[in-house]
Amino acid sequence: MTSPAVEFHRVSKSFGATKAVDSISFNIERGEFFSILGPSGCGKTTTLRLLAGFETPDPDGGEVRILGEVVNDKRPYERQIAMVFQNYALFPHLSVERNIAFGLEQRRTPRSEIAGRVARALDLVRLSPQTFARRSPTQLSGGQRQRVALARALVLDPAILLLDEPLGAIDLQLRKEMQLELKALNKQLGTTFLYVTHDQEEALTMSDRIAVMSHARIAQLGTPAEIYENPRTAFVAKFIGESNFLDGRITDRADAWWEVEGRGGIRFRIPVLNGLAPGQDVHIAVRPEWLDVFRPDAVPAGENAIPGTVRDVVYLGETMHVVVSAPSTPDITVALRNEGQLINPLPWRRGDPATVAWRPEDCQILEDE
Amino acid sequence: MTALDMPPQAAGPRSAPGNGLRRRALAWLAPRPQAQAWTLLAPGTVWMLGFFLVPVIVMCAYSVMPRGEYGGVDPGFTIEAYTRFLHPVYLTILERTFVLAVATTVLSALAGYPVAYTIARSGRWKSLLLFLVVLPFWTSFLVRTFAMIFLMRDTGLINSWLIAAGLRQEPIPMLYTPFSVLAGLVYGYLPFMVLPIYASLEKLDPALLEAAEVLGARPAARFRRVTLPLSAPGLIAGCLLVFIPSLGSYLTSDLLGGAKELLIGNLVQNQFSTARNWPFGSAASFILMIVVLAAVLVYLRLRPPDTVRGW
Repeated sequence: MTSPAVEFHRVSKSFGATKAVDSISFNIERGEFFSILGPSGCGKTTTLRLLAGFETPDPDGGEVRILGEVVNDKRPYERQIAMVFQNYALFPHLSVERNIAFGLEQRRTPRSEIAGRVARALDLVRLSPQTFARRSPTQLSGGQRQRVALARALVLDPAILLLDEPLGAIDLQLRKEMQLELKALNKQLGTTFLYVTHDQEEALTMSDRIAVMSHARIAQLGTPAEIYENPRTAFVAKFIGESNFLDGRITDRADAWWEVEGRGGIRFRIPVLNGLAPGQDVHIAVRPEWLDVFRPDAVPAGENAIPGTVRDVVYLGETMHVVVSAPSTPDITVALRNEGQLINPLPWRRGDPATVAWRPEDCQILEDE
Repeated sequence: MTALDMPPQAAGPRSAPGNGLRRRALAWLAPRPQAQAWTLLAPGTVWMLGFFLVPVIVMCAYSVMPRGEYGGVDPGFTIEAYTRFLHPVYLTILERTFVLAVATTVLSALAGYPVAYTIARSGRWKSLLLFLVVLPFWTSFLVRTFAMIFLMRDTGLINSWLIAAGLRQEPIPMLYTPFSVLAGLVYGYLPFMVLPIYASLEKLDPALLEAAEVLGARPAARFRRVTLPLSAPGLIAGCLLVFIPSLGSYLTSDLLGGAKELLIGNLVQNQFSTARNWPFGSAASFILMIVVLAAVLVYLRLRPPDTVRGW
C-alpha cells in the first residue's frame, strides 16, 4: 500500500500567542493538484512553510508526513520537495542556466548529466535554451522569470512541488496561460502539486481538490465543484464566487421540501436535509446565476419567489447583473447571460416591479461557523 | 456665511510674504533637471577641487623641484627625489607599509564579516548594535590610540593582570612592536569594514536563502554560494575603506610602533617637518598614491565585473 504524498495530522503552529495553523488535518494523494485557498492571514502560507520545512510544528503540534515519513524535524534540504517562490527568488548573481543547475549541483549530480537536464527543464517550461541559458535573471520579463523558477524546481524531479502564489505578479493574459500550463505539467509529470493562492478563480481552474482556509483552520475541503456548488459555510460561499444569503425558520414539511419563513413574511422551500427539524433557524445561499427574474404574474409554478423592485442593472460583459431590492432582505443579485444589449436588450429598468425566483433544490444550506 | 467670516489663512498662500522669492527659486530649479543636477553637485565639487585637486597638483610640482635650504623648494626641475626613493631603506618602508595594510584589511574582514552578519540578523537589536559599532567615533582617534598604549605597555593593564594572575613572570612586550601597530589599525578601521558589509547583507532577500536551502544547500554551501557572493560588493567596499587609509596611516605607527616601525606616512611627515625635504616628502606621497591606485585597480580586476558569474 503506498502512502499519500503528504499527510497533515492535527498540525498546529503558533507564533507567540497567535495560532497561525490550528490543528489541521488533510492528505494529498500522489500526483494530485491540491490548492490551499484563503484570504491573507488565514494560515495558508504557514501551512506551506510547514511542509517546506521553513517552520516546524509546535512541540505537541501533530505530525507532517511526506511519502509516509514523519518530517517534523527535517530541514528543507532533507525533504523530497521543490518550491516556486512568490517573487521567484532567482539568484541574481547566477545565469539562468546556473540557477537551474544549482539544485542538481547541491545533490551531487554528475557534471555530464547536468547540462542535458537543464536544457530539458528549459524546454519543459517552453524557454529556448539557446536564447535564455546564459542570460541574467535581471534581463528577463516577469513571465520568463516565472518559467525559470519553475524549471529550477522541476529539474530536481521532486516528489512534491510547492507553489507559493507564483502567478500573483504577472498580468492577467499570461496568468491564464500559465494556469493551464501548470495543470498540464502536473498531469504530464505525475508530480504532486501543492498550490497556495488567494485567487479563487485560479484555484477552481487548476485544482483536483481545494482546501479553503479561514482563521488557521480548514473551512472546507473538496473538489472545485463541491466547494462552489455546495459550500459548507457562509465564509466559503462568500469567498468562492458571489452569493445571495437568506435566513429563516423551518415551519413545516411540504412534500419533499421544508417550508421556511423568513423575515417580513417571505416564504421559500429548501431540500429536506438530515439534522434539520421544524422550528429550527436556517441560513441558505443561492448563487446569482441560479436565480432568474420574472414579472410578478409570470413566476413558474413550484419555484421559490421573492417579490421586489429592480434597483440596478449592471453590465459586466459576459453576464448582466439585475439587482433586486425586496423588503426585509438584503439586495438580491441575479446573473443573466448577456445575449447582446445592442440587439436584444434586457427588458428590465430601474424601478420595475420584479420577482426573483429559483428552484428549491438550488438552495445551499449553510452550517453555522 | 459671508466672505468676511473666513479665517485669513483661507485666502491662500499668495498672501504670505517671502513666498514669491521661494517660488521663483523653485521655478528656476524645477523645469531644468540639468541645472538642478549642477546646483546639487556644486558644493561638493568646489570643495574637492579646492582642497584635494589643487594640493595634489602643487605636490606633484614640488616633487620634481630642487629642495630649498630651509624647507620649501627652489625653482628648477629634477627627479632626484624619485631616484632617492629607490634606495633599499625606503623600499623596505614601502614594503612594510604594504604588508601591514594588507594584514589590517584581512584581519578586519575576518573580524568584521561575522559582526556585520550577526547585526543584519539581529532583528530589534539592530539599531542598538549599529550604534555600538559607531560609538568609538564619539571620541577622538588620538585619545583612543593613547588608551591602547595604557593597555599594552609593559606596566599596562593587560600585563599587570597577567602577572597578578600568575600567568606570566615577565610582561609580554606588546607596545612598539608590529603587533601593537596592527592591533591599533584593525581597531581603528574595523567599523569601516562592518558598515558596508552590513549594508549589503541587510539588502539580501531572505527568500534567496530559503530557495538555496530548498534546492538542497546545507548552511555552509548556502553561505558560500549565495550569501558571500551577494555580499561581495559590501566586502569589497569595506576592504577598500580599510586598505587605503591603512596605507597612509602615520598616527598609529607613530604612537604604538615607536620609532622602529616606520611607515610611509611617518616618512612623509618627517620629510615635511624635521628633515625639511619637501620634494622628497612630496615624491613619497606621490608614490604612495600610485601604489594605492595600482593596488585598487588590480584588486577590482581580480573580481569579475558586477554581472552574472559562476562561483
